[in-house]
Amino acid sequence: MRHIISLLMENEAGALSRVAGLFSARGYNIESLTVAPTNDATLSRMTIVTRGDEQIIEQIIKQLNKLIDVVQVQDIQDAPHIERELLLIKLQATGEQRDEVFRLAEIFRGQILDVTDASYVVQITGPGARLDAFIEAVGNIPVIEMARTGALGLSRGSCGMSI
Amino acid sequence: MEFLSGGEIFVRCLQEEGVDIVFGYPGGAVLHIYDALFQQEQVKHILVRHEQGATHMADGYARATGKVGVVLVTSGPGATNAVTGIATANMDSIPMVVFTGQVPTHMIGNDAFQEVDNVGITRPCVKHNFLIKDVRDIAATIKKAFYIASTGRPGPVLVDIPKDITDPKIKIPFEYPKDVVLRSYNPVLKGDDGQIKKAVDLILSAKRPMLYTGGGVVLGGASEQLTRFTRMLNYPITNTLMGLGGFPASDRQFVGMLGMHGTYEANMGMHHCDVLIAIGSRFDDRVTGNLAKFCPTAKIVHVDIDPASISKNVKVDVPIVGQVGDVLNSMMQIMEHEGRKPDAAAIDAWWSQIEEWRGLECMKYGWSDETIKPQYVVQKLWEVTGGDAYITTDVGQHQMWAAQYYPFDKPNRWINSGGLGTMGFGLPAALGVKAAFPDAEVACVTGDGSIQMNIQELSTALQYHLPVKVISLNNRYLGMVRQWQEFFYAGRYAMSYMEALPDFVKLAEAYGHVGMLIDKPADVEGALREAFKLKDRLVFMDFRTEPTENVYPMVPAGAGLNEMILV
Repeated sequence: MRHIISLLMENEAGALSRVAGLFSARGYNIESLTVAPTNDATLSRMTIVTRGDEQIIEQIIKQLNKLIDVVQVQDIQDAPHIERELLLIKLQATGEQRDEVFRLAEIFRGQILDVTDASYVVQITGPGARLDAFIEAVGNIPVIEMARTGALGLSRGSCGMSI
Repeated sequence: MEFLSGGEIFVRCLQEEGVDIVFGYPGGAVLHIYDALFQQEQVKHILVRHEQGATHMADGYARATGKVGVVLVTSGPGATNAVTGIATANMDSIPMVVFTGQVPTHMIGNDAFQEVDNVGITRPCVKHNFLIKDVRDIAATIKKAFYIASTGRPGPVLVDIPKDITDPKIKIPFEYPKDVVLRSYNPVLKGDDGQIKKAVDLILSAKRPMLYTGGGVVLGGASEQLTRFTRMLNYPITNTLMGLGGFPASDRQFVGMLGMHGTYEANMGMHHCDVLIAIGSRFDDRVTGNLAKFCPTAKIVHVDIDPASISKNVKVDVPIVGQVGDVLNSMMQIMEHEGRKPDAAAIDAWWSQIEEWRGLECMKYGWSDETIKPQYVVQKLWEVTGGDAYITTDVGQHQMWAAQYYPFDKPNRWINSGGLGTMGFGLPAALGVKAAFPDAEVACVTGDGSIQMNIQELSTALQYHLPVKVISLNNRYLGMVRQWQEFFYAGRYAMSYMEALPDFVKLAEAYGHVGMLIDKPADVEGALREAFKLKDRLVFMDFRTEPTENVYPMVPAGAGLNEMILV
């Protein structure tokens, strides 16, 4: 099953490699991983999307907690939560494709960020599945390049991860 | 306030931590530190012959004393040579602080001479590591390193120190921090009361209980509590390879080691038990055999300081995270307070079953008048040393025979590389123990393969007068490899025969020690007595043993614990 694991860690050199190294050394799967500083400059927040059965996820959380640089770990899948991801996609857009891309971007409430006579760059945000749906809807329109941020997540309600 | 250089601060920190011996090897990046070490006497330094030796010595020192072992090596190859020893300590949770030199901060990343990314290379095999980038951080980092290494589930911590921050010309005010606060590291000490109550209920409900205890008992200094607890219950107890000595082996309740080369009674007891009480053990694959067939009828209590050890390989019913000694104390208090006792009738019946298994005498081995049986050497070693020596081993058949035939009544006496299985561990580890306890008898049980992996430390032994006894069970084979090839590869002995072995007697003499060659069973005991009389000399005893002797019993890989090969 897919899990979104959030962690707060010391904003120190090497902390990211400790987490990434743990996943590769123990053979855990990483679907996406994002990391950036938080409002507390000494802390970074990392969001990892991974897959595994209950026992593997339990081990992942325990092993993450064991890392000295990791301050807090939460499987936000456990409770109601919000998930968002951002997609930037550069599509070939000539002739009829121009209208088609424009319409699709509207339907998915995306934004067109760059226009040339042969291409559009479209930005889509939403849960990962929505980004997948857009890429599918694009169909035969050639993709010149694309980049995704990987998922971010926060739990719903007034509680949250902080120290 | 005092003004000190980085090198001086380093030395002062070691003094503040109560370090008495550092095992190390100098080199360019640590010259400032060595210069500061040279100018004081409190912290002694033992110059090894290879950095791997330094790590195993510090490791042996730590296992025997319970204190943190300390290593100091230079950058690049100094550090990479130390990696095997760091990984060895990590797998067995041994408290160790390893200081490595690093190229000056402004050169890091430039492929400078003797530069390697020490923090990167060791990250997967340390409990934690640090790169110090500012002389003002040295004291606080060293304080943290010792704290992390020695608390919670212990382990090695590496501290990488670039040369420029130990520059004798740069002096800063020195103050050693009183304590450490790490918001992200708070090892659990006390077990949860509710869980402990649940565990007591389950333990006392057992009809066929089994205590299965590991290295956590030895590391946690809880063998006294374990012994009382076990006697209070009158349950059978087995130890893992790492847990030997945690409970007195001469006690009737001890059914021997379990696992791949465990006793019949221990493994059968595991397989048939209804309540398994795992204490400071981690369900390692050499212990469990095939997980699908492991303890099929048991409910499991597991006490461990590391939450990640719990339900990692085997799902347990009552997990308790905490220090084993404290948890055992709490359990005993409940039992005493509430006057609750185990089911005596059921336990008696269980004991008769166990005695029946024990009656098989699975550890018996054949006798020969011509060739020396390796098991016999270990038994005689036990007799000659009164069962009270510190025994280190290397890895292979000799290690298993030492574990099987040298019963330990005290903890911290049995010192071997259980998790990583590092050949070359035994001799340097023995020297580390001897450095800590100069008056104790220390013997390294080894083989002709393993001993050659760190034999250069015979030179260190002479320089620092560390007269240990080397008990080499020389069968001219890589015995454990040969055994597996005999059993599982139809006797195709691929590269497991050692040709052109050195003359170990002459080799020992060349290093300034005493060498002995023993090739007759009748000479074994006399030779051992003679060797141990030479209190001030390292004696290298080359026992020519039966070349094709196998370690029994054996649970083949993939089998259940009840599927042992007995002879």
